[in-house]
Amino acid sequence: MQQGIFTIVSNRPVSGATYEMVLQGDTSAITAPGQFINIKLDGFYLRRPISVCDRNDSTVTILYKALGKGTEAMTAFAPGKELDILTGLGNGFDVSKSGEKPLLVGGGVGVAPMYLLAKELIAAGKSVTAVLGYNNGGDVFYAEKLEELGVRTIVCTADGSIGVPGFVTDGMKEVEDYTYLYTCGPEPMLKAVYDACKTSGDFSFEERMGCGFGACMGCTCETKYGNKRICRDGPVLVKEEIVW
Amino acid sequence: MVNTKVTLCGLELDNPVIPASGTFGFGYEFAELYDINCLGTFSFKGTTAEPRFGNPTPRIAEFSGGLLNAVGLQNPGVDAVIAEELPKLAKCFHKPVMANISGFSLEEYVSVAEKLNACEQVGWLEVNISCPNVHGGGMSFGTDPAAAAMVTKAVKAVTTKPVIVKLSPNVTDIVAIAKACEDAGADAVSLINTVMGMRIDLKKKKPIIANRTGGMSGPALLPLAVRMVYQVYDAVKIPIVGLGGVSTAEDVVELMLAGATAVEVGAANLVEPYACRNIVEDLPRVMEKYGIKNLSDIIGGAH
Ligand SMILES: Cc1cc2nc3c(=O)[nH]c(=O)nc-3n(C[C@H](O)[C@H](O)[C@H](O)COP(=O)(O)OP(=O)(O)OC[C@H]3O[C@@H](n4cnc5c(N)ncnc54)[C@H](O)[C@@H]3O)c2cc1C
Ligand SMILES: Cc1cc2nc3c(=O)[nH]c(=O)nc-3n(C[C@H](O)[C@H](O)[C@H](O)COP(=O)(O)O)c2cc1C
Ligand code: FES
Repeated sequence: MQQGIFTIVSNRPVSGATYEMVLQGDTSAITAPGQFINIKLDGFYLRRPISVCDRNDSTVTILYKALGKGTEAMTAFAPGKELDILTGLGNGFDVSKSGEKPLLVGGGVGVAPMYLLAKELIAAGKSVTAVLGYNNGGDVFYAEKLEELGVRTIVCTADGSIGVPGFVTDGMKEVEDYTYLYTCGPEPMLKAVYDACKTSGDFSFEERMGCGFGACMGCTCETKYGNKRICRDGPVLVKEEIVW
Repeated sequence: MVNTKVTLCGLELDNPVIPASGTFGFGYEFAELYDINCLGTFSFKGTTAEPRFGNPTPRIAEFSGGLLNAVGLQNPGVDAVIAEELPKLAKCFHKPVMANISGFSLEEYVSVAEKLNACEQVGWLEVNISCPNVHGGGMSFGTDPAAAAMVTKAVKAVTTKPVIVKLSPNVTDIVAIAKACEDAGADAVSLINTVMGMRIDLKKKKPIIANRTGGMSGPALLPLAVRMVYQVYDAVKIPIVGLGGVSTAEDVVELMLAGATAVEVGAANLVEPYACRNIVEDLPRVMEKYGIKNLSDIIGGAH
C-alpha cells in the first residue's frame, strides 16, 4: 500500500451514470489487475474503494458509477483537482493461472478491472474472450476498447437492445471452452457465474469497508480456507474457497 | 525543546499517543508504512478466550462525523494471539504493548487476563467492559457500577500488570461507573468506547449494518469525550486515558487539559493511515504554540 496525491487528468461520462476518470501520480504500488484504490473525498469521512481499470507508469484509470452521494460528488470534479488516494490495495487477479484461453466475465462497473486484466493477458499471448453484462443498451461502455485490444467480446443486455439478450450467463453459453475464468460484478451475478463456471476461477467481491487495508476487520467473509478480509486477502477469492 | 513524555501507571511513554483497540490490528499493517516505535504504545485488537468470527457483514456504515462499526470482536482468540501475533509483533514493536481484553462472562475475562499476564511484551491490560454479559441477561458489564466493579476485581486478582478499565459512554452516569472501578482496584480508566447508533438505507428501507446497531466513532465524539474525561477527572484519583474523535495533536492537548494522562486515537487511523505518526510529529509544534514545555504538566489543567 502507498498513499499519494493524484491529479485529475480527465473525468468524463462513458455511458449512462458511469464515468471514466484518469488520475496522474505515483502508480508504482499497483502491482496486479483487480487491485483497487481508496479515494478520500472532501466532506465524506470514509474513503471510496474503486477498482483499477487501467494503469501505466504515471496514470491510473478508474470507471465509477454515480450511485450515492460520494460518487455523485466525483462526477463534478474538474481536471487539475488533487485527490488523496491509497493505492496498491488488495490481492488482484492471478494472471499466471489463465491457461491459453481465459474467459473474462464483467457485469456493470465490474467491467472496469477486466480491462487491465485483458491487456496483460493479451500481452502474454493468450486468446482472451470477454462476456460483458449491462442493464440496457445505453449503459454499454468499454466493449469497443476491449475489442481494440484483440479480445473476443460478447455484450449482453438485460433489455435485449444490444448483443445477447439476458444476463452474462446467457453470453457464457456462446463460449465453447475456456481454460480459466475471471469475474467481477454484483454478488447475485457472481453466484450465477459460479454455478455456470466449468473451470476454476478468480472471483472479485465487494464489501463495505472501514479502512481498505486490513486494519479494522470491517470487511471479513468466511471462506473454506478460514476468515478473509475482502480488502487485504481479497477482493479476489478463488472459486474453490468460496462458501456458497 | 519540549518534553512529550508522560507516565501511565508507572510505565513511561515517549509521548501520550496510543492507537486505539480495533483500529490498529496487531500493528503490522501500519509497520509496513512507518516505524510504529514512534508511538507511546498501542492497544491491540480486543481479545477473547476463543476465536471469534464476529458479526455478519455489512459491519460498517458512514456518517458525516465518522463511522459506525459492528465488527463484533472478531479475533483469533487469546491462545493464537500469544502464540502467533505477539511473536510477530515483537519484530516490529519494541515497547510494552497494551492488551485489550473482552469477555462475555466473568470467567472469560479472568482466563484471558491470566494468560496475557504471563506475557512480557504486555505492559497494561485494558479491559473492555462494553460487551454484553451472557449470564446477566445480555446487559453490558459497563452499564452497571456493580458489574463493572466485579470485572475489575476479578481481573485485578489474577494479574500483576496495571489494569485499565475501558468505559462505555452508553450510560446515564459514567462518573459512578468510573468510581466503582477505582474502588474495585482499577489502576486507570480509559474512556470513551463507541457510542451506540444506527443508519438506515433509504433504498432498502432497512438498517445498513447487518447487526442493525453499530458503535459510532470519529470526530463527532470529541466533545462528548472531553466532557466525560473532565467529569471523571473531578471524581477519581487514578489516571485517565482519554479517547473519542481524536485526529490532531490539538485534540490530544485538549483531552489532556480535560484530565487525560494519555490519549488514544481510533477511527482516524482507518481513513488516514499515517494519523498517529503525524500527531506524534506535530505535538512539539502545537506544544510550542500554546506555551507548553512539559506535556505532563497540563494534565487536568482545565479544572
Ligand atoms: C474492492 C471494491 C472495488 C470497487 N470498484 C468499483 C469500481 O470500479 N467502480 C464503481 O463504480 N464502484 C466500485 N465499487 C463500489 C464503490 O465503492 C461504491 O459504489 C461507492 O463506495 C459508493 O459510494 P457513494 O458515496 O456514492 O455511496 P453511498 O451509498 O452514499 O456510500 C455510503 C458508504 O457506503 C459505502 N458503499 C456503498 N456502496 C458500496 C459498495 N457497493 N461497495 C462498497 N462500499 C459501498 C461507501 O463507500 C460509503 O462508505 C467497488 C467496491 C469495492 C469494495
Ligand atoms: C472498527 C473498530 C473496532 C473496534 N474494536 C474495539 C475493540 O476490539 N475493543 C475496544 O475496546 N474498542 C474497540 N473499538 C473502539 C475504539 O477503540 C474507540 O474506543 C472508539 O472508536 C472511539 O475512539 P475514536 O473516535 O478515536 O475512534 C473499535 C472501534 C472501531 C472503529
Ligand atoms: S476494510 Fe478494514 S479490514 Fe477490510
